[in-house]
Amino acid sequence: MKKSISYIILSVCGLLMIIPFIWMITTSVKSQLEVNKGNVGFLPIEQYSTYEEDGKIYRITPVKADGDSTYIHIFDENMNRIRSYEKVATSDIVDKKEFKLHFENYKEAFTKVPFKRYFINTLFVSFSVVFGVLITGSLAAYAFATMRFKGRDFIFYLFISMMMVPQPVYLIPSYVLLNHMGWIDTYNALIIPWIANIFTIFLLRQQFKTIPDELFDAARIDGCGRFRTLWTLVLPLSKSVIVTAAIFGFIGSWNSFMWPLVMTDSPAIRVLQVGLSYFSQEASAQTSLLMAASTFSILPLVILFLFAQKQIIASFASSGLKG
Amino acid sequence: MKEKFDFGPYLYILPAAIIIIVFRLIPIILSFIVSFYDWTITGPGKFIGLENYITMFHDGEFWQSMLNTFYLVIFVVPVSLALSLIFANFLNGIEKLKSLFRSIYFIPTVTSMVAISIVWKIIFNQQTGLVNFFLTKIGFDPMGWLAESRGVTDIFLSSLGMNFSGFVQTLSGGIGMNYNTLYLLLGGPSLALFCIIIVTIWKGLGYNTIIYLAGLQNIPKVYYEAADIDGAGKIRQFFKITWQMISPTTFYVLMMTTIVTFQVFSQIYLMTGPPVGGPLGTTKVIVYFLFDKGFGESNNLSYASAIALVLFGIILTLTLFQKRLEKKVHY
Repeated sequence: MKKSISYIILSVCGLLMIIPFIWMITTSVKSQLEVNKGNVGFLPIEQYSTYEEDGKIYRITPVKADGDSTYIHIFDENMNRIRSYEKVATSDIVDKKEFKLHFENYKEAFTKVPFKRYFINTLFVSFSVVFGVLITGSLAAYAFATMRFKGRDFIFYLFISMMMVPQPVYLIPSYVLLNHMGWIDTYNALIIPWIANIFTIFLLRQQFKTIPDELFDAARIDGCGRFRTLWTLVLPLSKSVIVTAAIFGFIGSWNSFMWPLVMTDSPAIRVLQVGLSYFSQEASAQTSLLMAASTFSILPLVILFLFAQKQIIASFASSGLKG
Repeated sequence: MKEKFDFGPYLYILPAAIIIIVFRLIPIILSFIVSFYDWTITGPGKFIGLENYITMFHDGEFWQSMLNTFYLVIFVVPVSLALSLIFANFLNGIEKLKSLFRSIYFIPTVTSMVAISIVWKIIFNQQTGLVNFFLTKIGFDPMGWLAESRGVTDIFLSSLGMNFSGFVQTLSGGIGMNYNTLYLLLGGPSLALFCIIIVTIWKGLGYNTIIYLAGLQNIPKVYYEAADIDGAGKIRQFFKITWQMISPTTFYVLMMTTIVTFQVFSQIYLMTGPPVGGPLGTTKVIVYFLFDKGFGESNNLSYASAIALVLFGIILTLTLFQKRLEKKVHY
């Protein structure tokens, strides 16, 4: 009894959580004509009137009724109006309902602006960032976790304190700096400032510290140098945390918007989120195209999420347990 | 013999340190410097001291952005906290389909704010939106949503037949305060900002739920078993055990949600306007305000820097305050 109440509430709220996605997908396969007519429910059903003449069925729109007859506009198969204000008998007009999916919206949205380019740019930037973050992160975390050196704790806590600074605070001076370096509107501006991540260093350091000293001693006796110990002992033992860090890095980089919006301008290096944002201004009236573009731009992460949901949710959950 | 100085460890932290120093530490220091100069896109101008901060203090647009941001935080944080704790409790109580529900709640967290802002903007659209479609289906009048600048208090009281703007008019005359200012304060967030509030809650709910769920799973079962034996009801158990034991998680969620909500930008940029921040500036938040000052027409990077530092000051103060409070409450 108690359980069923939980299930009912969770289902209703769960539905509310995903309704925007469902509606996004159903609207993305509708014709814009239907949407503009106010037919904005969930089912991609098209309602239209037809009129048969000389054995051919034409789509029409009724304009005005006049007794038993109706004035209509007649369209050809490409929905171009071929005749206007024709007077026909009302009984000859047939109302039709049709279930139709307009997958061509996806193609149209994808080619209307160079989304392919944006996807490639985003993939390139995201993979570079993840790669860089893992390298700089594991090197630094290794030193912080296993080595003794002067200033270690000071440097570590200096880094940690900078993690607290929100992005809008360093956005403006970063722009000034990158502008001075001539990096504005280059891949460098999108990648280099992000290839070290304080949170990743923190995450990996916590993991490296859990590796027992005996293993390090054994490695030293075997004649392993520092770097080989990192490569052959520490990293293989930390696979799941490395995956966690990679996932965080990838999602963050893929979804980042404000930084690339400010730091880049030319379409050649534009990333997906910025491209989508410009597209939403250009095509603001074309609801179904916007929905199609939204759908394919979130698809890669949703697929990643569906494949690795346990790991991703566990990663995010662990981010809250640091206390 | 003296031991040779070991450079090794420094080499390991060097790559990360270079990036963090050049692209975090230096910009943070630079932002203070920039805020004291008349700095535009062409480079530094003359030293103007605190002038940017003084301008800010007298800038009505700044105060409206602040007020909007506070409205956002005040509505988003408690509602998100309460809902996510409720969801987490329900999720914690079930076995079957648990991971399915968890995933459904979590999807908004991994999707980009840009894409879902576009979707929500159309959902709230006056003519072709889903919300008005449902409203008219069940017999209500369609509303302006993102185009509506009236405050939610105004809309609510007016629907009950009260003349809210007349009341504010009288009151502003009585206490000698500007009508518009008083309206913004008493009218609450505009309906447009209210839509942003809903989207922001929706977006963050999954993350908070997951964090709470992890916290709930850490509470030892024996407490509840003991409470069962003592005959304590479920509600009593929630307040006497769960709420107490979960308080570190609550502080974390509170802090993170507050910090994130202060920095809301994408949904404003994509869902409101044109012009962004509309209608009548009722959805202009502090981060959009500084973005607009820095990279909009005026291109006043130094003013934008000063605004960013004020934002930083507020976030830092709140963080330190919450940390202190946390120390007092902790067991």
